[in-house]
This record gives sequence, C-alpha cells and structure tokens, in this order.
Amino acid sequence: MSEEYRELGVSIPIGPFHPALKEPIGFRIWVEGEKIVKADIRFGHNYRGIELIGARRNWIQILYLAERICGICSWSHQFPLAQAIESLMDVRPPDRANYIRVVVGELERIHSHMLWLGVLGHEIGFDTLLHLTWGVREKVMDALELISGNRVNYAMATIGGVRRDITEAKRDILLRKLDDLLKGVETLRDIVLTHKLVLLRTEGVGRYDRELALRLCLQGPMARMCGIRKDVRQDEGVAAYGDLGFRAIVARDVVGKDGCDAYSATAVRVAETIQSINLVRDALMEMPPGPISAFPKPIVALTRASKAEGEAIGRYEAPRGEVIHYVRAAKSDKPKRWKVRAPSLINVYSTKWVFPGHQIADAVVIAAQPDPCIACTERALIVDLDRGERRVVDHAYLTELSRRKSKEVMGDV
Amino acid sequence: MGLQRFIKRSPWVFHLNTGGCNACDIEILAALTPRYDAERFGVKLVGSPRHADILVVSGPMTRKDVEKAKRIYEQMPSPKAVVAVGVCTMGGSVFHDSPFVTAPISDHIPVDVYIPGCPPRPEAILHGILEALEKLEVE
Repeated sequence: MSEEYRELGVSIPIGPFHPALKEPIGFRIWVEGEKIVKADIRFGHNYRGIELIGARRNWIQILYLAERICGICSWSHQFPLAQAIESLMDVRPPDRANYIRVVVGELERIHSHMLWLGVLGHEIGFDTLLHLTWGVREKVMDALELISGNRVNYAMATIGGVRRDITEAKRDILLRKLDDLLKGVETLRDIVLTHKLVLLRTEGVGRYDRELALRLCLQGPMARMCGIRKDVRQDEGVAAYGDLGFRAIVARDVVGKDGCDAYSATAVRVAETIQSINLVRDALMEMPPGPISAFPKPIVALTRASKAEGEAIGRYEAPRGEVIHYVRAAKSDKPKRWKVRAPSLINVYSTKWVFPGHQIADAVVIAAQPDPCIACTERALIVDLDRGERRVVDHAYLTELSRRKSKEVMGDV
Repeated sequence: MGLQRFIKRSPWVFHLNTGGCNACDIEILAALTPRYDAERFGVKLVGSPRHADILVVSGPMTRKDVEKAKRIYEQMPSPKAVVAVGVCTMGGSVFHDSPFVTAPISDHIPVDVYIPGCPPRPEAILHGILEALEKLEVE
C-alpha cells in the first residue's frame, strides 16, 4: 500500500472473487466509518492473451475465438470482426444477411439487459425480481436456440454474411415468442420503474453528470443515461439498422429527466429491451429474400481474405457500449494485428469517480451499474481510516450489508 | 429412479470463475433460476467458500488466478467436491495455446466431475452437480 493510501485509513477490498461480481475484478474502497472516500480498481484476473493467440489463427478461426472473448456479448465481438474483415476485402454482405444480423444482435441485447436487471435485483436484496427476469429471459434463450442451435455462443456471423437462415416456419414461431416476451417485459417494466425498493436503492446512487460522462468517454447505456444520444447503430447505420429507422433512447425519453444515476441506467436498459423486441419484429417482417452470404463456402472467403492487404475497423453497439475491432492484414491467412476495444473497461473504470460519498452498502449497486463484464467475481477489503484497522470482507458480507439497508429503508412494509 | 437416494441434504455451491468468458457463468446462473430451478434439489449459491459443499469452477484458469483458486479450495470444509464446467477447464478450449492459461484445472485442484460443452446446457450442469452429490454421499 502506498503512502498516499496509508494516509487514507481503512480500505475494503471487493473482489477479485466476489459474489456481487460474476467475473474476477478487484475493487478496493477506502472508508471513514460508513462513507467511501476513495476507490481503486484492479484488473487482469481474466487475462487470456486473446489478441496474441488470435495472431496465430486464420481469418475463419479467429471469428470463433472472438466469440469467446465474452459469452454474454458473443455476437457483439464476432460481428464487428466479420465487419472489419469484410471492409478489408471490400465485400458487402447481402441484404438478407444484414437483417438476420439485426435479429441476432437485438436478441442478444434483450438477454443481456434482462440478465443485468436480474443481477441488480439480487444486489439490492430483491430476489423476486431476479427470478422474474430470468424466468422471462428464458424465452429469449429459446429464440436464440431456435435460430442458431445454441443458447449462448451462436456462431452466426461469418465473413460476408451469416451462417444460418431464418426460414418461414422459424419466423412464425419467433413472432409468436416475441409477443409473449413483450408481455413479460412490459410487466417487468411496470414493476421495476415504480417499485418503492428499487427507487429507494437506485435514485441518486452512482450519480455521474453529463460533463463527467463526456470527460470519461462513457459508453452505451451509461452515456445514454446521462442524456448523450450516442449509439453506433444510429450513428453508423451498421447492418440493416439504417433501413429500420433506429433512434437511440436516452433517460429523459423514459423517465422525463437525465438522472445520470442507477435509476436512469435501469430505465434506459428496460426501455431498450422493449425497443429491441420491436426491432426484431420489424426486421423479421421486412426481411428481403435472397442469399445469406456473399460467399458459397467459408473456404472461399478465407482464400479471398488471404489476398487482402491494409487495415480496417469494425464497429458495433454491444449491450454495454461501442465495440471496436481493428485488423491489419498483409496478404496472409492470419491477421498481422488484431486489436479489440471493449466498452466495459471504460465504464468499469469510471466508477472510481462516483464511489466517494456513498455508503458501503451502496458499493455493490455502483459496481453493478455499468454491467461489468469481466467474467469474474472478487472480495472486498474494507480499511477503516478512523480505527486504522484493515478488514477483508467478502462479497457475502457486502451483499448482506446491501440487503440490510434495503430492509431499513423499506421499514415494516 | 433412485435420485432420491442422493438428495438427502442440501448442497451449497460456491461459484468460481477462473478466467472464463462468462458463457458458462450465465448458464450456471440460469440453472438456479425458475426454468431449471436447482433449488428443488436444495442447491443454493453461497457467497463464501467456507459455507460451501461443492465448488463449481468455470474458465481455463489464468495464471493470476491459480493461487487464489487453491486458497478458495482449501477454505472449503470437508467433505467437498469440485465440478468443472465447460471444455475450457479440461484443456483450455480455444485458449489452449495461450501462455497465460494453465488448463487443465486438475493440475491445481482435484476435480470430481467434468461437464463438457461450450457452454454446457443448464440441464447438463444440474446433472453434473447431482453426480458430485453422489460422490459426497459415498464418502
């Protein structure tokens, strides 16, 4: 611990294996009594050297490696990489492929946002919400399984298009499922945005402001909760989003003001879930007939890609924000350089600025607010500056604190 | 069939992600929620390894996590079982040639049940946990 930190007093570590976090990441917070005065974040527990091993694989193989950067947003990494390789080769995917890309991407967003909503419910001690959202979420997983054959890693994108078609029969089943899903999500929206416990535990918690959001380059729903209408789907019109007339949602469209807090983040994500359901329906209805890939076989795409030279980027709005994939090619079947920029690093790191001033019990809500995607969990270390003692607390303790606070604020209700 | 033989007590589970991509983790969570409802077998996710009977590990075990994972295993009271979820835990899967992962995880902690799949379905995860339960009963 450095001198500067020693002066600060009591510190509490959260993570790297912590019940509030599904993946390993370490937060350390310094406290004075119940008040957080400083926070720091440690990364690296999940480092797998993906860009390095990617440079040893060919253009088709790295698509499946990209998918496994993150299991929750597997499409959101595979698609921009495919896009980057396509722009390297100067190939345009057929229209039908673009519509199928929208369908898969939006279904993934629905499942990711609902997952987050469940986790938020769990963190504030509202387990009924966790089970309700995950019950509804299974319908999305069924839809993804129907399209791709797998629940999580769909392997749908390929160079020049998609790998599986959505037939008429599948489309009808999907449309029926979407109606069911919409009903479920609307019920959830009415519960979440008006429930007293959710309001008490999220309003004013993790408050950013517009200037801070711009300065820290917040991404995705974190930027949109601060009123910044920023979305790659809207700004770039990737895939068929341009045709579908997509417009990003910000917090003031849903709750009337840009609260920049955990409540606004919740509102934006819930509204985006409903928007995504409508986008999937529109894409399914307006899908033009035709081929689903610009190349008859992956091997043809690989041969063409092996002749490409230069550099290219692919962008996509993942559920957590903008994903950028950069590739450089030098007439080889392998990339010369492959660089991934994921939004979570920016969003998770920004929490360092909003921890101070909050209670320890709110730490799990702030840590969960950006939907951290580190594939890990951590424990927290609490350092009490007044008493000069260090205690290491685990996620269970913090969750317990958070739940106790929920009980207190709710009174006897 | 005699599943009931094994379900005499309620196994508490601690979930440890050692560098996985999250896919297995969301399927483990899905196994606990209403559709698959692991709680009908008494399976409960706990926040501390000191309360747990079964350690559910996912991910290819990154170098930074090895010591922490060993410590978590040692903190669990006996009898205990380890369930490894996903092919990453067996040989690293797509990360097999990365210098930063140290799969298989049985090099570091003893594994009782492996569940293959990328990721395995929630049904398979439930089945694996019940297999581990059988092992606990035999002991």
